Amino acid sequence: MSDLVEVQRRVPPLVLIAGPEQVLAERGLGEVLESVRERTPDVEVIRLHAATYEPGELTVHASPSLFGGDKAVVVHDLDEATDELQQDLLAYLAAPPDDVTLVVVHKGGNRGKKVLDTLKKARARVIDAPAIKTDRDKADFAMNEFRRAKRRATGEAVQALVDAIGKDLRELASACQQLIADTTGVIDEQVVLTYHGGKVEATGFKVADAAVAGDAGEALRLLRHAIAVGVDPVPIVAVLAQQIRQLIKVGSAGRGRSADLARDLGMAPWQVDKARRSLQGWTAEALARSLRAVAAADFEVKGGGRDPVYAVERAVLTITREKAEGDR
Amino acid sequence: MSVWRDVIGQEPAVTTLSRAVEDPASMTHAWLLTGPPGSGRSVAARAFAAALQCPVNGCGQCRECRTAADGTHADVDVIATEGLSIKVEQARDLVALAAHRPSVGTWRVIIVEDADRLTERAADALLKALEEPVPRTVWMLCAPSVEDVIITIRSRSRHVRLRTPSVESVADLLVRRDGVDPPMAMYAARAAQSHVGLARRLARDENARIRRHDVITLASKIRTVGDAIDAAADLSTIATEESQASSAERDAAEKARLMEVLGADPSARTQPPHIRSQLSSLEKEQKARATRFSRDMVDRALVDLLSVYRDALVLRTGAPTALVNEDSRNVVQQVAQVLSSERVLVAMDAIGTARERIAANVQPLLALEAMALDLRLPR
Ligand SMILES: [Zn+2]
Repeated sequence: MSDLVEVQRRVPPLVLIAGPEQVLAERGLGEVLESVRERTPDVEVIRLHAATYEPGELTVHASPSLFGGDKAVVVHDLDEATDELQQDLLAYLAAPPDDVTLVVVHKGGNRGKKVLDTLKKARARVIDAPAIKTDRDKADFAMNEFRRAKRRATGEAVQALVDAIGKDLRELASACQQLIADTTGVIDEQVVLTYHGGKVEATGFKVADAAVAGDAGEALRLLRHAIAVGVDPVPIVAVLAQQIRQLIKVGSAGRGRSADLARDLGMAPWQVDKARRSLQGWTAEALARSLRAVAAADFEVKGGGRDPVYAVERAVLTITREKAEGDR
Repeated sequence: MSVWRDVIGQEPAVTTLSRAVEDPASMTHAWLLTGPPGSGRSVAARAFAAALQCPVNGCGQCRECRTAADGTHADVDVIATEGLSIKVEQARDLVALAAHRPSVGTWRVIIVEDADRLTERAADALLKALEEPVPRTVWMLCAPSVEDVIITIRSRSRHVRLRTPSVESVADLLVRRDGVDPPMAMYAARAAQSHVGLARRLARDENARIRRHDVITLASKIRTVGDAIDAAADLSTIATEESQASSAERDAAEKARLMEVLGADPSARTQPPHIRSQLSSLEKEQKARATRFSRDMVDRALVDLLSVYRDALVLRTGAPTALVNEDSRNVVQQVAQVLSSERVLVAMDAIGTARERIAANVQPLLALEAMALDLRLPR
């Protein structure tokens, strides 16, 4: 399954993304749109959802616009499509217009089968998004994530990563991206353990996420659990610092496309999007106070204080309090 | 007495040390030379060693004087740490060395440049040698201050304190010894706050001057939280560049030399195991050195930054003192205009805290960020 989501440079006019794995489907769709944009930067992207589809919408969007220009039409959830949507799709496929890229997403099942067959017959590019269930699948998935980023990871590292956070594929994907963004060189087991502390649900990232979201109870629970099973507080503080830092950077960067911002800030686009969502209720001053608290905690966990665990807890509580005040 | 020529601005120390050379009753087997970085501890120790070896107590001209000063004298060993600490194995080697009689000179001299970096076990090993002096062996331990040296060592050695030399005497030295133009020497001595080695570097290396100027200018640029984060990243980058600039060439040369010594083929894609293990231990050493060096560079940048606020206080109080940053007067003025004296002190405290934290191993970037937040100018 190594190259399933690899998309060739030039996108054909018809694309089918088939399979239940949302992470892969979204990834595939993202890459298709990205390469379309590479070719035609001003392409207009239209998204149609089966649940809200109005008969004839597809025809309207697919017809040449007054001002010319290319379009990409994405039809989500063909597997839930009404008869009207299916008919419109079949009509479209009978005479596909120029200048339009059609991407159809199908999670599985029998509904929309005729459209699927017609797409395949019309030589649509098929991107598979198969379910990733077993640990083996997950390990392959993670290995492929690193390979795509041109990074080498050892088998043990991947195994440790799957053990630590393999429950949710989305989390696994973001953990891979995080490791890619935050480390250099070969990713080995030690690197993974530093960031994800072995077979532990509570990682620095989770603590940081809960803290930044203002969830004091959850953040403390995760933190204490992590410490109780032997996670070193040092990398937890490092992750806290990094998360707050990213919020400040994204917050002060203003508007603009995630991809551009990501490039300017040396972050991954998903990190930018995540930071933007997390910024709700935060002010620059509150983030500044939080970062100060984390710096003080780092000093204490490095031997400057008597109780390193308490130091981290205090930093976490400072963060959640700052957030709570911002929400009020 | 010209062996003391380059030991500038240290008249009391020179008096003590030269008396020890001339009068056996004033001599002892262990000396502790302390003084702030750049005050010339190592230069003073070498001059002392030269004077001891010289048939006429330090003429500065003879072979003994010259070889002792440049570190090639057979009976003068200079131990400078490249890593973060002096390990017990190294200390044991020194103790073994100390037991030998001098081969050509009158004294066996062992200079430990960073006695503050002795690990506890290394200090214990040294202590034995200090407790049982060998007749013609003399130890010279150098450290920033007595407090930096383990007390048992302190109590077994005679203490000589060096002070910060004046800007003028450092500038003089640069002109006389290194052939620097007087105006440049004056700028460099002032900007380096009398740190001799640093002044020399500033005088000779334009990039070092540019980097210093970049650091100074940061003080006038930080207004928002975002600015503070950016400034911290800039500072950290400047320090890394500074440290890379001085280590890359040296690392490569060391590796080439090692390969040559081992008779390895540099073009081979993989090296045999015994060569690989030697190379990897060299790389480890170089990495330790780089860590120490880039930490030192961050600290240096912070000392430079601190000088802006000290200058700002001078301006605010109207004291008739020359500014360290005479060349960046506009930056100092801007800071002095918009910050109250209290705010200037807050900024100085923040820089002090960052230095302390970085010395305690806090991630430098994080420590710098927390600091930069306190350096914000009012909008
Ligand atoms: Zn001489």
